[in-house]
Amino acid sequence: MSGCARAFDLLTAAALGLWLGAAAAPAVAEAPGDPSGDPSGNPSGAPGRVVSINLCTDQLAMLLAAPGQLVSVSHLALDPRSSAMAAEAAAYPVNHGQAEEVFLLAPDLVLAGTFTPRATLAMLDRLGIPVVTLAPAGSLADVREGMIAVGRALGRGAEGAAMARRFDADLAALHDDPPRRPRAALYYANGYTLGGGTLSGEILAAAGFDNIAAEAGLTGGGVLPLERLVLADPDFIVMGESYPGASRAEELLTHPALRTLMDTRAGGVFADRDWLCGTPHVLRAVAALREARRALETAP
Amino acid sequence: MNHWLIPGLVALVAALFAASLLIGPAAIGVGESLAALIRGEGEAVVLVMREIRLPRALLGVMVGASLGLAGAALQGFLRNPLAEPGLIGTSASAALGAVLALQTGFAAGFALALPAAALTGAVISVVLILLLAGPRGSSLVLILAGIAISALAGALISLVLNLSPNPFAANEIVFWMMGSLTDRSMDHVRAAAPFMLAGAAALWLTRRGLDAMTLGEDAAASMGIALTRLRLLLVIGTAALVGAATAVAGAIGFVGLVVPHILRPWVGAQPSRLLPASALGGAAMLLAADIAVRLIAPERDLKLGVLTAIVGAPLFLHLIWKTRRAGL
Repeated sequence: MSGCARAFDLLTAAALGLWLGAAAAPAVAEAPGDPSGDPSGNPSGAPGRVVSINLCTDQLAMLLAAPGQLVSVSHLALDPRSSAMAAEAAAYPVNHGQAEEVFLLAPDLVLAGTFTPRATLAMLDRLGIPVVTLAPAGSLADVREGMIAVGRALGRGAEGAAMARRFDADLAALHDDPPRRPRAALYYANGYTLGGGTLSGEILAAAGFDNIAAEAGLTGGGVLPLERLVLADPDFIVMGESYPGASRAEELLTHPALRTLMDTRAGGVFADRDWLCGTPHVLRAVAALREARRALETAP
Repeated sequence: MNHWLIPGLVALVAALFAASLLIGPAAIGVGESLAALIRGEGEAVVLVMREIRLPRALLGVMVGASLGLAGAALQGFLRNPLAEPGLIGTSASAALGAVLALQTGFAAGFALALPAAALTGAVISVVLILLLAGPRGSSLVLILAGIAISALAGALISLVLNLSPNPFAANEIVFWMMGSLTDRSMDHVRAAAPFMLAGAAALWLTRRGLDAMTLGEDAAASMGIALTRLRLLLVIGTAALVGAATAVAGAIGFVGLVVPHILRPWVGAQPSRLLPASALGGAAMLLAADIAVRLIAPERDLKLGVLTAIVGAPLFLHLIWKTRRAGL
């Protein structure tokens, strides 16, 4: 821990020095990115040094970038609970999404999410670093669009398009028409559920389930009070993994009423990592849910 | 002197308790609700009534009564109408104890660990207040000490929750500061009940002492009241009540201020009669507030402390104004 803190101090000190240097000699500031010219700075048109500061662009960039092209991913990519590629991410230096440390990495392209703090995006803009933002996937169609968009931003359009074609084919292979679509509920901390118009809702539908949230009149995400979940009487309940440390939000998931309901219903805990981001890994979530549905069909 | 006060308050609490059981996000008929609750008819409805709504209504009564009782006892002992668990930092300190127990994993150690940790936090703050303000301290010292303790405890709660590895923990600062009864269960009722009963018993023993204290500390001592024992019972009783209430429902302010203030004229300003009346009044106020949060914004988990502060803070300002004019 102290080593980490020391590294952080060093980084801050170095950033300060660089700032002062840049102010004194404008020529130094030119290196990271000249706003007037081609952001790539190399003849092929592809950016040579790419930094990703968002969990979802981290994963797409790791899948699509040419060797050596991606120089840093966000620290979130290392967390095995939320990142489907934690092992791969260990090979990259991590950043914490702060403009200062990103600037020090001298990128000629930054990949961010549309929910990256505005102050950070504005600062990167002022520093003349080109930024491509990717909106969170709200549907399976968004997933393939994201692959194409990130591929294009990296100058790897062919790889992005190929990944999208493979995604379409794999998704189609997972499709089947069940004799009866069981009614399922997605239930997370604080009683949060997801309906149609969300990536999780589409994963559930693609696996052959009907969604309780739709019956409750919810589109997008929203809170489903525990007593309405109990009365809705779902066949299957999908819950997320719990995080370390205590929280009242997750305490709801061990509420005696929910435990009693789970005693007589099928359900399962599915790792968040395959559900959060629009990457090919959402197919793992679809496949796992489809297996669970088939088990439900064969059960007496 | 009003012989109808206690029966009237009991009827009010009973009516609000019934209303609390019948109100919720799922629309269930009155007959169906009661059949499920009492006779256990209808599988899903029974689960809703017995495991979700019943603990919420029970905790409304228990937490409200605890806060009303603790407020009345503190005011009697300090002879100051501004003394209240929320305002003097007891609730915030209890919340800090609870948060520390939850985040370190101590709360998972044994069944009553969570309320015990909250009680420890509450004891520290009550002892600090008695040392700083004491029975002879001015209102100014009492309020300033309360602000300091509340601010420190609140800051430490934020620190602990922000450092938690759990991504949801930091969002729960507002729960610990404002309180809520949403989605509490029978586990919480069982954890809080023993501490609340012990605390209520301790404060019940102080009632004669508190009556004597209205004449002043010296007069009380000359009447044979053991002040050390009185002080000890008060600290333990208040801390147990506020600690248990805060551990399960978060810090809910102003109940202990408003309720004794409204009821005091009805009992002839006699602390021994004010204690049971305040317990019932506190239960009624908290049940009413918890019904209101469900009616105003059913799916938003509006915090209880928001409503009690809207009612309580103007009264608090009024009391400060009166205190100032009295030249204290």
